[in-house]
Amino acid sequence: MKKSKNILTNTMVAGAIMMQSTLGNAQSVAPASLSSEPTIRPFQVKVPAKKLEDLKRRILATQWPEPENVKDASQGVQYATMQALAKYWTTSYDWRNMEAKLNALPQFVTTIDGVDIHFIHVRSKHKNALPVIITHGWPGSIIEQMKVIGPLTDPTAYGGKAEDAFDVVIPSLPGHGFSGKPTELGWTAARIAKAWIELMNRLGYKKYVAQGGDWGNAVTELMALQTPPGLVGIHTNMAATVPADIAKALSTGVKPADLSPDEKNAYEQLDYFYKTGLGYANEMGLRPQTLYGIADSPIGLAAWMLDHDARSYALIARVFAGETEGLTKDDIIDNITLYWLTNTAVSSARLYWETFQAKAGFFDPRNVTIPVAVSAFPDEIYAAPKSWAEKAYPHLIYFNKLEKGGHFAAWEQPTLFTQELRAAFKSLR
Amino acid sequence: MKQFKQILSPIILATMTFQTTATHAQGGPNTTNNAPEAIRAFQVHVPDADLAELKQRINATRWPIQETVSDRSQGVKLEGFQQLVQYWGTAYDWRKAEAKLNALPQFITNIDGLDIHFIQVKSKHKNALPIIVTHGWPGSIFEQLKIIGPLTDPTAYGGKAEDAFDVIIPSMPGYGFSGKPTATGWGPDRMAKAWDVLMKRLGYTRYVAQGGDWGAVVSDAMGRQAPKGLLGIHVNMPATVPADIAQALKSGLPAPASLSAKEKKAYESMNDLYTRGGAYAGIMVTRPQTLAYGLSDSPSGLAAFYYDKFNDWTYSGGDAAKVLSKDDMLDDITLYWLTNTSASSSQLYWENNNNNFNVVEQRTREIKVPVAVTVFPGEIYQAPKTWTEKAYPNLIYYHEVNNGGHFAAWEQPQLFAEELRAAFKTLR
Repeated sequence: MKKSKNILTNTMVAGAIMMQSTLGNAQSVAPASLSSEPTIRPFQVKVPAKKLEDLKRRILATQWPEPENVKDASQGVQYATMQALAKYWTTSYDWRNMEAKLNALPQFVTTIDGVDIHFIHVRSKHKNALPVIITHGWPGSIIEQMKVIGPLTDPTAYGGKAEDAFDVVIPSLPGHGFSGKPTELGWTAARIAKAWIELMNRLGYKKYVAQGGDWGNAVTELMALQTPPGLVGIHTNMAATVPADIAKALSTGVKPADLSPDEKNAYEQLDYFYKTGLGYANEMGLRPQTLYGIADSPIGLAAWMLDHDARSYALIARVFAGETEGLTKDDIIDNITLYWLTNTAVSSARLYWETFQAKAGFFDPRNVTIPVAVSAFPDEIYAAPKSWAEKAYPHLIYFNKLEKGGHFAAWEQPTLFTQELRAAFKSLR
Repeated sequence: MKQFKQILSPIILATMTFQTTATHAQGGPNTTNNAPEAIRAFQVHVPDADLAELKQRINATRWPIQETVSDRSQGVKLEGFQQLVQYWGTAYDWRKAEAKLNALPQFITNIDGLDIHFIQVKSKHKNALPIIVTHGWPGSIFEQLKIIGPLTDPTAYGGKAEDAFDVIIPSMPGYGFSGKPTATGWGPDRMAKAWDVLMKRLGYTRYVAQGGDWGAVVSDAMGRQAPKGLLGIHVNMPATVPADIAQALKSGLPAPASLSAKEKKAYESMNDLYTRGGAYAGIMVTRPQTLAYGLSDSPSGLAAFYYDKFNDWTYSGGDAAKVLSKDDMLDDITLYWLTNTSASSSQLYWENNNNNFNVVEQRTREIKVPVAVTVFPGEIYQAPKTWTEKAYPNLIYYHEVNNGGHFAAWEQPQLFAEELRAAFKTLR
């Protein structure tokens, strides 16, 4: 068995992680070194033990700040939550479990537009399975989507029907997880979208759908805007629907009077997010390279990642306080550990910088004209009202307002999420 | 010699100890060393183990990937920063900084429930004017060390005996060797009140106040409060942006056509801060604690967050090393590290999310005491005289100088001292 090492980047000074990719099961015969060729190389994760030891040592040696001087989360991630997380991380957590889960799935790397793209690719046993490419966001990863792979590819084992089956493709965004880190400018969501279209072509799919939330939504919508022949529709769980007049009202602080209850709720969610929750995005959008602390400190990285939005943070804080939620402690730490081991805190933050260059609002409608399906989860940054979704997507084929679930819908509510995808794409099969 | 340890907080894992010696206390007249209002002499002595641990952490830094641009637009560039951090981990010597501090009379006194650390240097000249000089973020008392000589001993620095000041340089709550507030409420107004208490406790019945950055906000607050004895203030980061201009900036509009050339330049500088340079404040105003975990645990993370602003705000064309020595910058950064004050210092942003540049939010028109302003060319914005006159009704001095930036006292101490001499001449 020939082995080759995928060094993510040659500029990592300390803590380079080596992933071994085995060619023994390769579906293509070209050697990995000819990376400009459209080869698809199998990929397995094996983090050297000393990297895990170094991580543990760093966590145990953490110099902690003072605790916040408030009783709530208004100053950020709370000290007690971080202490509980650190304790679990160093005593109960085992990265090898996640590694085994990943390696139980068919994973590949292929070079697209000069960057190695890592992806999970699970085919359904059912004929006429619909291929779907699912894109994660920040601070997520492919780990967000692992729980939906079974229900989507093997629906009959999860309360569905054979005709609900999907072939699932789950790529790691450039600069995230096991994908390469771009060393040149220009890896915007639009360029990623173009790469995903190439990936689906390379996998031989002539007819497929795309799905995403967070950055995954931006990438998915930008795929739709490129209207590749095979892409028959998209589903989003973080729809970009905010009308221009609402965006303006949010920036000036003058709330419109004639909002429906759903619109009012969305307005208030957005207003809260813009006033109190945008700090991390602005820092990553403007000064990603200044965040040396989250590349060097596991606890610094963990806190930064926990603080994505108020409701997901509140859920995570409950989990570390011992309550049962849709995410487990292991889920949360798996994802943080992936960022740590791949040293992608800064390379992932750069997607915000690339996006800020374009000065487009994250929730501004993009005029997607192909079929669009929307699931509005109540604890998302904002729950898109149907009225806005109808205006934003002229070809809205599905809209559902959920009772439960937040920003990390696939991860937190995989059953609901799967049902949504089955229902959303039924008419496109 | 009585010695005791000041434990900054029981939860700091890497506790540092400062030894305070009571023998040299110049203490307030009727206090004992046990009373909270006692003025206790203070010396810094960081344990060797803490310095060794810092170097060990620096040298174990795990670096991110290099930026994908050739300029500073993504933040602190890896290559130059690695050189600075490498110097920090090898040749840099904190003991020199410590010696500089310990050569000065330093004290701690408890005000409003919190230990306040300060340097107090009295002039040998009679009728020296007492001045309380307040630092900002990411600065510290190190910003002001170079002006102590010129201010207290003017005849040795090109001035006259009648230019002399007694200098008081406190560490803000949550900064440096001052205590860390364990409850909310230590905003600029409370600090301003504490500074007056400090000056009165030192026996000063007439004095002036000075500041830039947060120091300007605190000095403005003192001006509003106008305690008896406060003769006037000097600020090098005045809050002069008029209400209509502030609204235009908030709405992201281009500079109004009616602005003069200097006003237009000020508008563009503010717009640049809000659109490109203000993320550091945005995260500290909203989520100081979240940021602090990485800054508290990673020396390079802490250094980068601050060094970015040294580069942005010095009058150096984006390279702070042109005007500040590596030791200058690292003394300040190391102070934050050793006192573990990244969280407590950024809480000030959370406490006070008012806009520090605006007339309305800073209520500058309520300031009735005399105000002096020096405009430095590398400051975040150059306050136009037109705006400054409207912002401060009792403006007694306005001067645009041709060198220096946001850290004016640190960058151009001689020029800065000359400005204070000129600014306060009429108030003596």
